[in-house]
Order: sequence, then structure tokens, then C-alpha cells
Amino acid sequence: MIIRSLTQTLVKLALAVAALAAAGGAAAIQSRFNLAPPVTRIAEEIHGLHWMMLVICGVIFVAVFGVMFYSIYAHRRSKGAVPANFHESTKVEIIWTVIPFLIVIGMAVPATKTVVAMKDTSNADLTIKATGYQWMWGYDYLKGEGEGISFLSRLSTPRSQIDGTDVAARQANKTYLIEVDNEVVVPVNKKVRVITTANDVIHAWFVPAFGVKQDAIPGFVRDTWFRAEKVGTYRGQCAELCGKDHAFMPIVVRVVSAEDYTKWVNDKKQALAAAKDDPNKTWTLAELRDRGAKVYAANCQACHQANGLGVKGAFPALDGSAVVKDKAQQIAIMLNGKNAMPPWKQLSDVELAAVATYVKNSWGNSDGAAVQPAEFAAARK
Amino acid sequence: MSAVAHDHLHGHDDHAHDHPHGWRRWLFATNHKDIGTMYLWFSFTMFITGGILALGIRTELFQPGLQVFQPEFFNQLTSMHGLIMVFGAIMPAFVGFANWMIPLQIGAPDMAFARMNNFSFWLLPPAAMLLVASFFVPGGAIAAGWTVYAPLTLQMGMGMDMGIFALHIMGASSIMGSINIITTILNMRAPGMTLMKMPMFCWTWLITAYLLIAVMPVLAGAITMTLTDRHFGTSFFNAAGGGDPVMYQHIFWFFGHPEVYIMILPAFGIISQIVPVFARKPLFGYASMVYATASIAILSFIVWAHHMFTTGMPVTGQLFFMYATMLIAVPTGVKIFNWLATMWKGSMTFETPMLFAIGFIFVFTMGGFTGLICAVAPIDIQIQDTYYIVAHFHYVLVAGSLFALFAGAYFWLPKWTGHMYDETLGKWHFWASMITFNITFFPMHFLGLAGMPRRYADYPMQFADFNMVATIGAFGFGLSQLIFLWVVLKCIKGGTKAKANYFDAQDDGLEWTVPSPAPFHTFETPPKLEWKHVH
Repeated sequence: MIIRSLTQTLVKLALAVAALAAAGGAAAIQSRFNLAPPVTRIAEEIHGLHWMMLVICGVIFVAVFGVMFYSIYAHRRSKGAVPANFHESTKVEIIWTVIPFLIVIGMAVPATKTVVAMKDTSNADLTIKATGYQWMWGYDYLKGEGEGISFLSRLSTPRSQIDGTDVAARQANKTYLIEVDNEVVVPVNKKVRVITTANDVIHAWFVPAFGVKQDAIPGFVRDTWFRAEKVGTYRGQCAELCGKDHAFMPIVVRVVSAEDYTKWVNDKKQALAAAKDDPNKTWTLAELRDRGAKVYAANCQACHQANGLGVKGAFPALDGSAVVKDKAQQIAIMLNGKNAMPPWKQLSDVELAAVATYVKNSWGNSDGAAVQPAEFAAARK
Repeated sequence: MSAVAHDHLHGHDDHAHDHPHGWRRWLFATNHKDIGTMYLWFSFTMFITGGILALGIRTELFQPGLQVFQPEFFNQLTSMHGLIMVFGAIMPAFVGFANWMIPLQIGAPDMAFARMNNFSFWLLPPAAMLLVASFFVPGGAIAAGWTVYAPLTLQMGMGMDMGIFALHIMGASSIMGSINIITTILNMRAPGMTLMKMPMFCWTWLITAYLLIAVMPVLAGAITMTLTDRHFGTSFFNAAGGGDPVMYQHIFWFFGHPEVYIMILPAFGIISQIVPVFARKPLFGYASMVYATASIAILSFIVWAHHMFTTGMPVTGQLFFMYATMLIAVPTGVKIFNWLATMWKGSMTFETPMLFAIGFIFVFTMGGFTGLICAVAPIDIQIQDTYYIVAHFHYVLVAGSLFALFAGAYFWLPKWTGHMYDETLGKWHFWASMITFNITFFPMHFLGLAGMPRRYADYPMQFADFNMVATIGAFGFGLSQLIFLWVVLKCIKGGTKAKANYFDAQDDGLEWTVPSPAPFHTFETPPKLEWKHVH
């Protein structure tokens, strides 16, 4: 098995190298040896800078090590070389201090222009807030067309592919770990300002094709921007260690035409309105439990496990937990977090009530009573 | 001193060439050579420990999907691999070299503070035990990365506190070691050895020791604030209480960047000792080497925020840190050029120490180039926290610091043991390490450029090929190190007797004037310097 996949890998690598050689390194479809194919001006500039640096460094490398290997070849005792005795030259020292200094300045000048351009987040057509949660992204369209749209975006790769119970599906999945349930949709050729923040720990919003990576810092807002010039779907991942599911909170941005964007905004707004819960409704136990099972699977299961037993020493069991029995304490911890448990204020009252009810009435727990959304609404105040 | 007392002392002197035996020799050790040996064995043990953790990481990353470790444990592996290698393996190894070689190179009878020397070593094993034991407490070991960024540190279990205490203890050990090294070098040089006649290894360590004293307390501050945030209700790094998570990063990297040079400057020193011996030519540009080392040390204090380009700092901040970082390439380049000029028109032979030294120059320079590429802020924003960074710092830390340590170990092993090491095995060790190192880490450049973030327990399919290659390389590299252990054990047990100047070094080094193995006590009376060469 290992040997076979190894041979496959080597063959694939050889093919890739051959393809690269044939294409002159210019048109790789999927990024393998180089930065992701750029779709913004900034990403293009970064590509250019990287090539520039690579070429300069490559030339110096060849020159310097050409000298070294020539010396190793020619000035060896086995070839009868007699050692010289020179060991000082102020002139030479000055030369090889000044020349690298000038080269470095030559590198810094174009880089400076790009730095300045990257930081200019003014005059955006659309402003989106990206909030990092453990372990998903929340998006709020703050300004521009689509204002008011708000959703959470989670990894949609099934757990069975990750933990290896369904290896065949994983092998076939081209977007394994870089697919989400709700993609960010933006219009093409429009300047999009992304404001980042986080709910719990530091995350980073990273989309390689845009040349964008911005830390999302709890309690602070930072911003970055991009103007995608090509319609398509672009994928990235969280780039700041944020705990156990760091590798499982990807970012997917779908860039669409202006008309498609308008259509998406309308559809999304309708869908969000339809999905909105009636805040005054009193829910039955069964309704809440069914809804809670879904909320649990999406948000809680990663730590507390599907069987509610948690992970010994790391994540407490909910099955048989005294905290779960104590409604006030349960509500408080869900809203405010405790130790490794992050606060879950971003969920709606209905979702929180549903999952609280689900936990109270699942596995060995049989509370028999429902927690109503109004109780969470009251506890928030 | 009275005559009676003198007689008494003289009676003692008869045993001076003997030394305590059994466990007392090591526990109560005040002899710089014994303490140096203990440092070296300690760091080798930690090197193997950290290496095993690294192989754990690579095993999980062999294929996409979670096969062996769950992500929470995977994060502990990456974090502890970093902490153990930096604080347990590389730093103590250089202190071990300092203990052994600085007194021998400057003609001093021992380190200035022999008992403090004992203490600074014996702090390390308990610290290491705390670190390793943290794997077995509820919640496990530190899983917030070796950089232990706030506020993720607030979510860790008691393993985090154990790690903080371990770092404090290791920091105290480093500071004491540095005080000892500075005092020894400044006060105990043989008469006539001015600072500018001192061997390069001593120079680089002198500068490194000042860096250590300057920055270890900064790390202590950062982790103490983390500790009080965790347990005593402070909010240094918690925005909800008026703190700032990014401030942690500023403080950490104000320590962390000089730390990088702490791990590489003594390596430069070792390479500067070895290249002239095997080129049979004096070191080219001694004075400029000293100035370059000092410049790197000074610059290291004003570049820290290049680790933080993605935190979102103002344009002026990014530009300043970008320029300052790129500037470091200049003195580093000077050092490389000086080594090449030393080799130029020499009469070179390629024993294992020289192979590792040349390997160091070659591969470290590649790490230097990627460092320059990372310094360019826009590029860094693309590759920060990706495998490109992992590749970069392993090129400078493994192929840099570690290869220099191997070079130094082969270079001075006969002085320590009295036997020549097995040259054939040494060469095998070099070539195996060099090849497998590149198989492991070179593909990581591609992974990083293509956008694979670091500290990932699992990854998309597009990264599968290179990860598999890297894992195969890593196991090869790990196994190659067993050759080194074999060579060392073989060399301790026996082998060709080494003469005093076994490599026929022409560098006036005082270590070549004492027999091999170096006797328990050396330079009880200061040596007379005879300079064949003038620096």
C-alpha cells in the first residue's frame, strides 16, 4: 500500500516536473511549485516580487557557490595546492559590504510600492466583516450591496472522510478540507474591504489567490482588501494556530459577475428572512431536541463528541454532567465560556435553547424539560 | 598565605590530577570539562526526544486524513518539538561547547564561577522533566505552538503552567551560563591575549552571552504575564480586560528574534574555527568577522516585528521592519564571503568537520536567501505561517546550528576523548544527514508557496505528494543521527590515539597545546603565548 502510493507519488512528481519544464513554469493550472495563480493586482505584484527575489538570489547563489566549488575543486591538498597566506584586505571587505547593500536597496524599492498599495483599504465598494470562531468563520456584509447579510461558514467535508472511515470518498474529493457550507460571495472587479476580528483566539483570514492574509484578533479589528479580477471560486485556510481544529476552518470565496451577485444577494436575503425564527414562539421539547441535534453536530460535537462523553482530560463529558442538570449554570457557561470552552453568544437564542434542550435530554440525561429561547434572551441581559 | 597552609595545600595537590569518582563527580561537578560533557549529553538526549516528536508529526502528515494522532495531540507534538529543540537541544549544546572550549581556547584553568556553572547545568534536567512530564497531565502538554501566543494559552491545561515553569528555569540557567561566559572571557584570558587576538568561537559566544542576558528576562516577562492572565485574573493579553493579544507577540519576538541569533552566532564561531584549519590558511578578515557578528547582534533587536506582518501594522511599521530585516543580509553576507576567501587558494582536505562546515555554509546560505525573501513584507504576507517558513527556519536551524554543532563535535571529539573518531562513519553521517535533510525540507518550500499553512494535522489533497516525500526524508534524517551516536560511543571507547594537535592546526589555538584527551586540570599556570600569525 505504502510502496504503491509511493511509486504513484514519484511518478506524479516526475510528470509534474516534466510538465513544468514543458510549460516553462508559466501556466500551472494548480499551484504546486509556486504561489497560487494570482487573481488580484496585489497578488500579481507579489508574484512579480517573488520572481525578482528568486532570480537575484539565484544569480548570487550560483556566483558565490560557483566560487566555492571551484575552490574546493582546485585548491585541495590532494591536487598539490600550496596554501597562500593572505588573510586581510580592507578594500575587498568594503566591496562586499557595499555591493550587497546596494542590491538590498534595489530589492526594497519595488517592495515598498506594494506595501503601500496593500495597506490602502479606502474607497471600498463592499465591506465584509470576517469573524474567526473556534472553528468556523462568520461573515457580516456591513456596507455596499448585500448589506445586512450575515451567516456562518463551516467546513463541509464529512467527518468520515477526515477520520478515515471513508478513505475512498476522501481520495475522490478534490476539495477535501477546502469546502464550506456557506461560501462568501463577492462581485468581480469590485474593491472588497475585509474587516477581521475574532471571538475567542487569534485566527487568520488567508486566501492565497488574492494575496491576502490578515490576522483576526479577538477584541480588535484589522482590515485588508482585494479586488478579484476573475470569476471563480478561490480557496484558503486559517493561517494562525487556533486550537485543535485549526486545519478544519477553510475560507471559500466565490467571485461572480455583477448580475449574479445581485441575484445572490436577493436570494440570500429571502432565505435568511425565511429562516428567521419567531422570537415569541414557545417551542415543544421535541421541536427543540430535533433542532438541537443539528446545532450540536455543527458546533459542539468536535469537542464533546457525538456520544456526549467528551475527551478525558481535555473536554468534559456532558453525559451525566452536573453542570448540564443545573440550568442556570449551563446557560451561563454556554453564553460566556469557561476555560477551553469558548462563548457561544454568536448563536441565536433559539439555537442555544435547542442545543441546551438536546443535551439535557440525550444519552443518559433525561431532564424531560425544555429550555426556552426566552431564557437565553433573559440571561444575555 | 602562611607556609603551613601552603604545605597543606601542596599535600592536596598530589591528588589534583585525580578527580572524584562515581556520581559525586557529576552531581558536584565544578570542572568545566565535566560540566561541558554533561551539557552535551543532556542536549543530545533532548535532541533525540525532540526528534521523536518530529517523527510523530511527520508520521501523521504522511498522508491526508487523520491516521495516527488526533489534532489536539498533534498540536502538542509540534509545540513541544519546537520548545525541546530550541531550549533543550540547541541552546544547551552551545553552552556545552562553551564550557569545554572557552577555557581551553583562552588559557584559563576553569570557568570563572565553577559552582554557579554546576547550578546552571543542574537546573536543566528538572526543567526538561517538567516539560516532558506535561504530556502526561490532564489536558496534555503545551499545544499553542512553541511561540505560545495569547490568548490561545488561556485555553491550555496545567501542562501550560509546567511549560512556563520549565522555561523560567531554563532561562535562569541560560542567564547564569552567560554571566559565567562573559566573566571568564573578559577576566581570565591568558596574558597577552587581547580581545582582538581571541579565537572567533570565544568572540561569537561573548556577543551571544550579552544577547542572552538582554532577552531571556523579556521572555520571562511574557510568560509570567501569561501565567498571571491564566490564574490571577490579570488581563495583559485579554482585550476584554483592556489588554492586547498582539502585545504578547511584540514582547515574545523582542526575545524571539535575538534568540534566533543566539542559536546561530556560536555556530558561526565554530565554522570560523574549522575552515582555516582544513584550508591551512588563516581566517580571512578576522576583524570584519568580529564587526559583522556584533552588527548582526545589534540589528537583531530592531527587526522583531517581521514575524508579525500579518497582525496588521501601519505602513511605516511594515516598511521599517522590512528594511531593517533586509539589512541583516549585509553582515551575514560578509561572513559567508570571508569563509569563502579563507578557503580560496588554501590547501584543503575534507575530513568530517570540514564537510559539515562546508555543508553548513552551503545549506545555511539557502536558508539565508529564503530569509531575505521572507523579509520582503508583501511576500511574507503570502508565506507567513505556511510551510515556507517551516522550510526557512529548518534550513537555518538544522542545516545551520545543528550542522555547525556536528562540525564542532567531530572537530573537538579527539580533544575530549583522546581518540580519533571513525572518519568513514563520520563521512557517512555527513552525507546521510545532508541528503535526507534536503529531502525533508526542500519540498516544504513548494508546500508553503502553494499555501499549505503550518501546524496543520491534516491537509488538502494538493499537498499530498510533497508531504509524503518530506516524511520519508524525515525518517532518513532521524536514523542518520544514530550513526552520530555510534561514532561518539566508538570514539569514547577507543580508537587511534590522538596527539595534541591532531589536525595539525596552524591557528595558534591554545587547545592544541594541551594533550588529548585534555587532562582534568589545564592551564593551572597561564600559558605563554607565541604568535606565529598576527591577526
